[in-house]
Amino acid sequence: MSFINRTARSLLLSELVSGMALTFKTMFKPKVTLNYPYEKGPLSPRFRGEHALRRYANGEERCIACKLCEAICPAQAITIEAEARDDGSRRTTRYDIDMTKCIYCGFCQEACPVDAIVEGPNFEFASETREELYYNKDKLLANGDRWESQIAQNIASDAPYR
Amino acid sequence: MPKLTIDDMEIEVEAGTSVLQACERLGIEIPRFCYHDRLSVPANCRMCLVEMEKSPKPIASCAMPASEGMVIHTDSELTRNARRGVMEFLLINHPLDCPICDQGGECDLQDQAMAYGFDHSRFQENKRAVTEKYLGPLIKTFMTRCIHCTRCVRFADEIAGVPEMGATGRGEHMEIGTYIEQAITSEMSGNMIDICPVGALTSKPYQFHARPWELKRVETIDVLDAVGSNVRVDARGGEVMRVLPRLHEDVNEEWISDKTRFAYDGLKRRRLDRPYVRGADGKLKQATWSEAFAALAARLNGVPGDRIAAIAGDLVDVEAVVALKDLMAALGSPHTDCRQDGAAIGGGPRAGYLFNTSIAGIEDADAVLLVGANPRHEATLINARIRKTWLASDARAPLPVAQIGEAVDLTFRTQHLGTGPETLQAVADGAHPFFQVLKDAERPMIVVGMGALARPDGAAVLATARRLAESVGAIGDDWCGFNVLHAAAGRVGALDAGFLPGPGGRDVAGILNGAREGALDLVWLFGADELDMSAFGAPGEGPVVVYQGHHGDRGAARADIILPGAAYTEKAATYVSLEGRVQQARQAVFPPGEAREDWKILRALSEPLGHRLPYDTLAQLRARMVDLNPVFGRINTLVPVDWGAFGADGAMDAAPFVGPVANYYMTDPISRASETMARCVDEILGGQRAAAE
Repeated sequence: MSFINRTARSLLLSELVSGMALTFKTMFKPKVTLNYPYEKGPLSPRFRGEHALRRYANGEERCIACKLCEAICPAQAITIEAEARDDGSRRTTRYDIDMTKCIYCGFCQEACPVDAIVEGPNFEFASETREELYYNKDKLLANGDRWESQIAQNIASDAPYR
Repeated sequence: MPKLTIDDMEIEVEAGTSVLQACERLGIEIPRFCYHDRLSVPANCRMCLVEMEKSPKPIASCAMPASEGMVIHTDSELTRNARRGVMEFLLINHPLDCPICDQGGECDLQDQAMAYGFDHSRFQENKRAVTEKYLGPLIKTFMTRCIHCTRCVRFADEIAGVPEMGATGRGEHMEIGTYIEQAITSEMSGNMIDICPVGALTSKPYQFHARPWELKRVETIDVLDAVGSNVRVDARGGEVMRVLPRLHEDVNEEWISDKTRFAYDGLKRRRLDRPYVRGADGKLKQATWSEAFAALAARLNGVPGDRIAAIAGDLVDVEAVVALKDLMAALGSPHTDCRQDGAAIGGGPRAGYLFNTSIAGIEDADAVLLVGANPRHEATLINARIRKTWLASDARAPLPVAQIGEAVDLTFRTQHLGTGPETLQAVADGAHPFFQVLKDAERPMIVVGMGALARPDGAAVLATARRLAESVGAIGDDWCGFNVLHAAAGRVGALDAGFLPGPGGRDVAGILNGAREGALDLVWLFGADELDMSAFGAPGEGPVVVYQGHHGDRGAARADIILPGAAYTEKAATYVSLEGRVQQARQAVFPPGEAREDWKILRALSEPLGHRLPYDTLAQLRARMVDLNPVFGRINTLVPVDWGAFGADGAMDAAPFVGPVANYYMTDPISRASETMARCVDEILGGQRAAAE
């Protein structure tokens, strides 16, 4: 019985017809591919991309050198050194992230009590050398300044679920 | 002997034991903030509340003496509720600044809030804020965090003996401070940082530098005074971040002096990190080890042994001293000495240079005579023990303590008998009334300091003190009341190793004279900085000076060849404390740059000099030490000593005794290089001077 079925289907080219039908149907549907890098897909506000150190609105850096991110980092990618700043406040003198070690787990931003270190929406920071991926404090603060509006928006939109 | 029941377990304790101590004996943890084993009991934090049957409300277990038939529940609903309530009250005014608090990660309040507290706060009103207080260059305050346990106040009053801390105001307005803004003038104020259960008092030099979880802890021995305090060195990445005390009931209990605790930043400054050789132009030039060894071998070539001398300094370890002693013996030099200050000790029986009573033994003493000794500055923790004994004695007839020498404030009441040897002579002859006090005492103590021994008539002073000890019955089968108070950590070890002038050898004064007269061609300064360097003349004149040590201090400034050694945190080494306790230090960090452990330098150097030392490993060297003196094999034990004759008869000079420590905060190359110690000199000693004027 199956032999007859199979033979009839191949003689009548039914697979070809159904295949062409699918192709024809898809031609009138919107495209699922993106013309990257000219087009980009949507990102969740929880997306964990490139790190950034944020500042308060008055320009003061948020990080207070509590070292919780350094302690929790499973890849030990964060290195912090701290001492008292001239005004007596607790600040970092060094805040390095080795992005080649980082596994983008997001524990650092979970641990941060002041929302200073965050993983922002940027994922396009591929570089040609490894050295460019050893981020220091200046680089991280610059990231924060560049992405602040986006980061603040993401944190605000995720806040109801925390 | 009351018998009580705690959590269905019966226990019998001595009368006077508190319920908290009884619980501890059963291994039950009772949370507490104000209670501390070594301080009085104020019972003001209320954290140790437990339920007692037939009591309408929970009791404070730290202040409640255990009595017959008590039934205690430490894990009942009532107890848990009481703890939660107390914790909620304590946290009402405690700021939520754990992330910026240096105590974070090692905070009693943090831990106990996790274990016994609520998970959230119900307090909506404003928290109180308290201005920060100035307590000097060592202690940083964040008074908003204070929970008023008053441990610091009680420590200052009871242990340190400087009643400068106190509380003003009541209730919510209570504040801990120094009344008048001033630096705390105690030599052991740093311990307040340790006993503070929250982050109200923290270490100023360590401020914000590290977190407890990122530090590597190494248990070792301190060398900044001769007490041999047990310390824990916390290091991170090759850098010593802080020094904390380690419990040793017979030595330092759980305290350390401020110099021990805070001088560690001297280990990072002015270090000798590579060999130097003085060039033809008279300037010191960097060299490699082989160049330095070659230069030294060239200078030593053909020099007869009796034109070579070696002086060991105050911070030296036994391993290196033994290696240097062997090297000098191989070179044929009898001119070796370890008594930079010229103290007339050593050579005779061991009892003649030890603190024979032992530090813990001080607590049994019932009369003390201090001769040319200022224990507060020379050995702070011994002073704390004497104060402890004085405090524990009957208030109507307190422990009689008398001083001969400078009249100094030792934080307890003393009787000043006189300033110099004639008073000592009078006491020894029985002409002075204090002789009778010592004679009547069952266990009298006589403490002779370096102020009395490090002088030309030191041997006569020593003999007089020995005769006094014998005549008042201070020397018995179970009690030896004759004590020498050392100020240098390496001294007893070097004396035990016999680093003393050989037959026909010169002592330190002789070596310096020999250098002046041109009788010596090479002088080896092993960590010796407290000498009159002018004796060696200008570089190029006088003898060749070899300096082996870790700091660029006075010795290195004059040296022609510098061999960089390791400081006490950087080597596994043996030190002997002033009571004769042999203790081993461990390596916490590596020496900087090209610097090496001192015995290894001597061992490596012995080969180009043609006198290869017969040990290649630390174990072999330690075996050699035990051969030399079996004491070195008896780690952390007090070996009984035999009494014998020591000192020398002779006339005593009339000059008054002057203590060796002019400036407590700067006594050695490490503390002289320390910025923190310099700040102490400025702010604490400067403040005292200003107050005196």
